[in-house]
Amino acid sequence: MTAAPPRARSRRRRRALVMLAAFGLLAVAVAASLSVGSRPVPLDEVWRALADPDGSVATSIVRGQRLPRTLLALEVGAALGVAGAVMQALTRNPLADPGILGVNAGASLAVVAAVALSGFVGIWFYLWFAFAGAAIAAVAVYLLGTVAGAFATPARLALGGVAVSAAAGSLVQTVILTDQRAFNEFRFWAAGSLEGRRWGILLAVTPFVVVGLLLAAAVAPALNALALGADAGAALGARPRLTAGGAMAAVTLLCGAATAAAGPIGFVGLGVPLLARALVGPDQRWVGPVTLLYAPVLVLLADVAGRRFVPGAEVQVGIVTAVVGGPVFVAIVRRRRVAT
Amino acid sequence: MSVARLGRLSVRVRRRSVAVVAVLLAVTAAVGVAAVLSGEYTSTPAQALDALLGRGDVLAQVFVREVRLPRALAAVVVGAALGASGAIFQAISGNPLGSPDIIGFTVGAATGAVTTIVLFGGTPAQVAVGALAGGSATAALVYLLARRDGGVAGPRLVLVGVGVGAVLSAVNSLLLVRSSLAAAQTAAVWLAGSLNAMSWATVTVAGSAGVLLCVLATLLSRPLGLLVMGDELAGGLGIRPQGVRAASIGVGVALVSLATAIAGPIAFVALAAPQLARRLTRSPGPAVTASMAMGAALVLCCDQVAQRLFAPVQLPVGVVTGSLGGAYMIWLLTREVRQRRR
Repeated sequence: MTAAPPRARSRRRRRALVMLAAFGLLAVAVAASLSVGSRPVPLDEVWRALADPDGSVATSIVRGQRLPRTLLALEVGAALGVAGAVMQALTRNPLADPGILGVNAGASLAVVAAVALSGFVGIWFYLWFAFAGAAIAAVAVYLLGTVAGAFATPARLALGGVAVSAAAGSLVQTVILTDQRAFNEFRFWAAGSLEGRRWGILLAVTPFVVVGLLLAAAVAPALNALALGADAGAALGARPRLTAGGAMAAVTLLCGAATAAAGPIGFVGLGVPLLARALVGPDQRWVGPVTLLYAPVLVLLADVAGRRFVPGAEVQVGIVTAVVGGPVFVAIVRRRRVAT
Repeated sequence: MSVARLGRLSVRVRRRSVAVVAVLLAVTAAVGVAAVLSGEYTSTPAQALDALLGRGDVLAQVFVREVRLPRALAAVVVGAALGASGAIFQAISGNPLGSPDIIGFTVGAATGAVTTIVLFGGTPAQVAVGALAGGSATAALVYLLARRDGGVAGPRLVLVGVGVGAVLSAVNSLLLVRSSLAAAQTAAVWLAGSLNAMSWATVTVAGSAGVLLCVLATLLSRPLGLLVMGDELAGGLGIRPQGVRAASIGVGVALVSLATAIAGPIAFVALAAPQLARRLTRSPGPAVTASMAMGAALVLCCDQVAQRLFAPVQLPVGVVTGSLGGAYMIWLLTREVRQRRR
């Protein structure tokens, strides 16, 4: 094998650096998430609580509350980020975020409707309704994109998603404008929060996230080929219809699980894959892993910051992700050429 | 394709586009007449016509001339403005998902309005000013941040707008979560977009500004269509790409500011009207005029549904534009596929 040309070599070094930095940031974020809170636990106590649990208060806080919340933040971040990367590759549109499939609107509609009709509230109650709503909306968009047996073209999927989101969003507004109680619940759920999520919620969504991530990894090579267009992709051996179906299933599982567990968290699915493309180029096999590592970093750090942002009350993680991620994103977009 | 001549001026016209615009205008006119002549208070069209001409029952005159007529006119102005600005931004961004939201305008306007409501308990007029200030400041910020080498490229504008919009929308959620339930509800009503309580003063000012801006948008439509082919090619055809882009962004922002100040952020019209218009006219370009007509027809029809569906409860028009516009778009998408297969 001859020596790689300098450009390819520098790109390889850059990718290695990006991945290395990601692992470092992830370690810092996890440590911070276990330690910071309304009752701070020093890192050595965190370690003791994890390695050698005793009956102390620190142990119960770290193992009972902070550990499941940290793991859930990791899962939610990874799920949203990867779903966004898949969605942007599938629709070949840099503005496509998971919400464009109608997932957020579907979940929101299911949650407000359930609260308005039954009067029940609570995380567990929202979990399954949000998941069901997200799944129904995504299936509707996919059917709309492939109606009458035609292949789901990217523009058609995107527009179908926007149409379904708009319709569901209107119904949500109708409900919250007429039902005060549903509105009051909805405004907190819709901000996106990880507060009070324990092991039960984590275990309930983990299988969906794992299957979704595996599915996303399986379709990544085919998405690369399809980036050249459906015909060229087919000529390269990718099967457009199967790939689109697999990608949509992955996005539905990932976003449905994340939204069910934490409410609709914006920006992660849109911003992190764009950022990853700016860092390592358009190859899906790199965009996926880089997103998989950086999206959880963003969600974790946002969650930690939200706990200490304002004294006395937590700021919802969905708010902080955008406030922190937005300016970084703008700075990067301004500095370099983004592959769109 | 044919050519219309008037003295020394000549314009190329697509027959199909003219037909579509004519049909849309006819629909708008018909629904407008129905909107003014029928309603809860006056039972027959003849009574309403009398009231419109200043005869008969005084109360009927108030309803017809001071409530229904300005409301219908406001719906037309708002719809046309949203349609035109949507067409402009979709052409600039080269993206079917491009709408005034992409430069953060709508989110910024919402931030201005919600801040006015939640922090200062503002009156409706103050809220409109807050929305205008918030939206314009955001658009200016995005434009400045996206500027490089003396110009703005479409993709960079879109991406910067997405970043700024994300931050502001988080600020909006924060305001909603931190405010009292009553203030949050007032904000939610404004955010839904509504044409309730339109006065002649509003309609006169907004109408004249709207007509002026719509004319400007129509004049920009041809150079905008050429920009889609790329800056160099458009430059070769005698167009200054940066100038056209800056002017279009200015007109687009002014149009959407106007609509938002009058009625709040009415969902989906700016995004859907240009797409619907393009599908009906089969026009390759931005179809600004058809988008205007489509926007006007859409908002007027939706406002009628909003008023009458659950009467006497009046829905905000934004709720109906979202669901009805969404359903129409879904239908159009499915029909397109079936036609292609035939």
